[in-house]
Amino acid sequence: MDITNISAYEMHEKFLNEEVTAVELVNAHLENMEKLKELNAFITINKEEALERAKILDEKLASGAEMGVLAGIPISLKDNISTKGIRTTCGSKMLENYIPPFNATVVELIEAEDGIILGKTNLDEFAIGSSTESSYFGATKNPVDNNLIAGGSSGGSTVAVKSRQMPLSLGTDTGGSVRQPASYCNVVGIKPTYGAISRFGVVSMANTMDQVGVVGRNVRDTSLLLKTLMKKDTRDGTSYKKSEEVLKNLDVNKNYDFKGIKVGVLKTIGDYKLDEIVARDFEKAVEMVKSLGGQVEEISMDSLKYAPACYHVLSTAEVSSNLARFDGLRYGYRSEKYETTEELFRNSRQEALGKEVKRRILFGTYVLLNENKKEYYEKALKVRRLIADEYSEMLSKYDVLMTPTTPTIPFELGTNSDNTEIQYNSDIFTVGVNLAGICAISVPFDKEEAAPVGIQFIANKFEEDKLIKAGLAFEGGNVDEL
Amino acid sequence: MSFKTIIGLEIHTELMTETKMFCGCTNEFGGDANTHCCPVCLGLPGALPRINETAIEYAVKSGLALNCKINTSSQTDRKHYFYVDLTKGYQTSQAERPICEEGFIELEEVGKKVRIERIHVEEDTGKLNHTETGETLVDYNRAGVPLIEIVTRPDMSTGEEARLFLDKLRARLKYLEVSDVRMEQGSLRCDVNINIVDEERGLKSNISEIKNLNSFRAVEKAIEFEENRHKELLEAGKNTIKETRRWDESVGETILMREKGDSQYRFITEGDIGVLNVDEKWIEDIKNHMPELPAEKKSRFIKDFSLPEYDAEVLTQNKELANFYEKTVELIDDYSMVSNWIMGDVLRRIKDEELEIEETPLTPNLLAELLNLIKANTISNNVGKKVLRTLFETGKSPKQIVEEEGLSQISNEDELIEMIEKIISENEQSIEDYRAGKDRALGFLVGQVMKISRGKANPQLVSEKMKEKLDSLK
Repeated sequence: MDITNISAYEMHEKFLNEEVTAVELVNAHLENMEKLKELNAFITINKEEALERAKILDEKLASGAEMGVLAGIPISLKDNISTKGIRTTCGSKMLENYIPPFNATVVELIEAEDGIILGKTNLDEFAIGSSTESSYFGATKNPVDNNLIAGGSSGGSTVAVKSRQMPLSLGTDTGGSVRQPASYCNVVGIKPTYGAISRFGVVSMANTMDQVGVVGRNVRDTSLLLKTLMKKDTRDGTSYKKSEEVLKNLDVNKNYDFKGIKVGVLKTIGDYKLDEIVARDFEKAVEMVKSLGGQVEEISMDSLKYAPACYHVLSTAEVSSNLARFDGLRYGYRSEKYETTEELFRNSRQEALGKEVKRRILFGTYVLLNENKKEYYEKALKVRRLIADEYSEMLSKYDVLMTPTTPTIPFELGTNSDNTEIQYNSDIFTVGVNLAGICAISVPFDKEEAAPVGIQFIANKFEEDKLIKAGLAFEGGNVDEL
Repeated sequence: MSFKTIIGLEIHTELMTETKMFCGCTNEFGGDANTHCCPVCLGLPGALPRINETAIEYAVKSGLALNCKINTSSQTDRKHYFYVDLTKGYQTSQAERPICEEGFIELEEVGKKVRIERIHVEEDTGKLNHTETGETLVDYNRAGVPLIEIVTRPDMSTGEEARLFLDKLRARLKYLEVSDVRMEQGSLRCDVNINIVDEERGLKSNISEIKNLNSFRAVEKAIEFEENRHKELLEAGKNTIKETRRWDESVGETILMREKGDSQYRFITEGDIGVLNVDEKWIEDIKNHMPELPAEKKSRFIKDFSLPEYDAEVLTQNKELANFYEKTVELIDDYSMVSNWIMGDVLRRIKDEELEIEETPLTPNLLAELLNLIKANTISNNVGKKVLRTLFETGKSPKQIVEEEGLSQISNEDELIEMIEKIISENEQSIEDYRAGKDRALGFLVGQVMKISRGKANPQLVSEKMKEKLDSLK
């Protein structure tokens, strides 16, 4: 039996039943990582420490000690999540050799439950992008079809999970960066409510929208890791205690359907066109939800056509602020060409930051200038309010909203890496969720399909339980019968 | 020509919280460079700020003491600029919605009210140290130390008024124990905004901002210098430019640092902190636990200790001094004597040495002991002054000093008469002068007795006996 081919739950159970050791689990995944190197899912592999830790876990189990809920499960982290003693590059030349002296809170939570951090996954530089092509460490390839982009920015995480290099992985989602690559790679990706998971130690991109998200091959696995991480953190002033209650009483072993669930279906935004294949699969998905008892109604949301522009203004403004600290002075890349500190700053940033990152910083700086702020930044803040209000209104009428995760299927590597319009529009169904601070999950329409299409369910703040139930129900439906 | 000077002040004060504004690092002056630092105050990637509630409490206290309105909902913002003393590329401050607004300080002495536009909380930056070899080193121990910035309206018109304002402000902050307000350690920093108006011709100069002011005296001097500079330019048909200038203490002049353009700080809300909500009840609570402030204490001193207004003002300018006075009068039953001594010899000594009262060896117990010696006629007033000097130098108690130096007053009549007779026998001319009605002669002769007694003779008694003796010689 290929031990990498089972769910994280099963790995955990087999470990507890001593059918497989943690060392074997780690080694099996390391083998896959070696075999699938060319997909470029990982920036750093934490081999030695992970094996060391696995050994300790095996001994702990043998000693009869109580084991954590993630015991034995290898987990990878997007490389913008700080790991003490393990370099955290953010996919940038700027942080190529940066080793954090502290752990992100999520790392501590995983380790407290005996999970094993096995690697740091590739991403668009500083999580800025939608294809994982802008990484300083090269593009990540889609395991579904190696010519396709993985999506992004958490492409490394979704590829690792899809290609069985890892059963579970953490990404971050600022405008769709977990859900979109999950959709492109045919895996499950969840972006929880803003404030549900601590951001402490997670390198900020747009800090009023960034959230850690979980990637898994099925909804049940995903919810296992999610539940572990949904904790109030005193080190993150934006995290909420409420988070801890949401999944407390959820039974993921039950069979769920859509009976009595009100589903608002959003097919289009403005006059934006869906890929034919996406439109077709989405139609089928809606039919399935109906067949599973869902009370489906079609809805439209007027404010959402402004979401990409609104997101672009606000996220770039925050990017320009959050990335200001990378000046080459205290850590990270430092140019060798400088006479003055200003030259040190300028040349270090010039030489170490990538094109897309610079483009966003410039745009963000522009919208915050005295003469532009009112016209762009402040207006976008108002639009954000409108979008949040419209979601709130919709979610008072419906339990969940349902949309395609992305309007298209993944394009070929290298074809659109510089086409900002296509890149930015791939987030059209996802960005609104981040602007509103609510939660959403992307579930594959058909895990075996060659053209990956993801279905997104959206719920109100701290209603991740509804997403998990909807996801489990959807997963349980039989696509082949449609 | 009639000129009017317009002065506004911006004062930065470090708050004496135990920890920094956004992390658990120690907030204390000094320490080895970069030892009071952590991922948060070093701005490492992924580190997030957590607000220090005590800093907010101190800001609210300061606002209340300066008659401000406290905003129950305020907001922190990021102020962006690139400089080596910043660890995040921005300083966390408050732009549009500061925690306190619309306060004032009354300058009774000049019959003026200086309005305070706002007080906001922010974090301090790192400190640059320039080495002798020309290197610049950065110490981030100060990065993230909580500050309040107090911005006045341009309501002052002389250096003296600015000085008065600062004195009162410092006294209040010190009373509140929110800051140690030491300019020399940088825990209080003051920038001056100044321009002048030629009312006749309807002209005004552009505002200059003066930085690097290391003392209140420097503030006063820099204002005087700038007043003249602005006047001369206007009189010559020119004008100042909008600029930032630096005070150079060594030459007593301000020097151009940079021209002031349109500042582009790209303020955005600090989303990692969110809205700063201050509970009404909490404000009430702080209000109810406010310490007595200088003005209240002054009135009480006038009433309880029957002190003249001026004395009460001087004694209450400084909390430690006021406490010192109160403790001393508990030990000796003479309010005005204590007040005179503190305001005279004690304050002179402190000012000369540039010390605070608590930094000297003098305690209320020791001062009371000294004054009681004088009241009991054990020593004279003048010997008392001498004892005080010795006390400041050696830290010994007055009784010990008097004993060791044999300073006890001589009130033994036989002893005194012996000395009087000696002086009379040596000063025939003075005796004649006395007979001729020259009263000054008496004073001279008494002085001579005091001299040979090395100041220990009881002067009243000497005077009395000398007069008797001289009159008997007539």
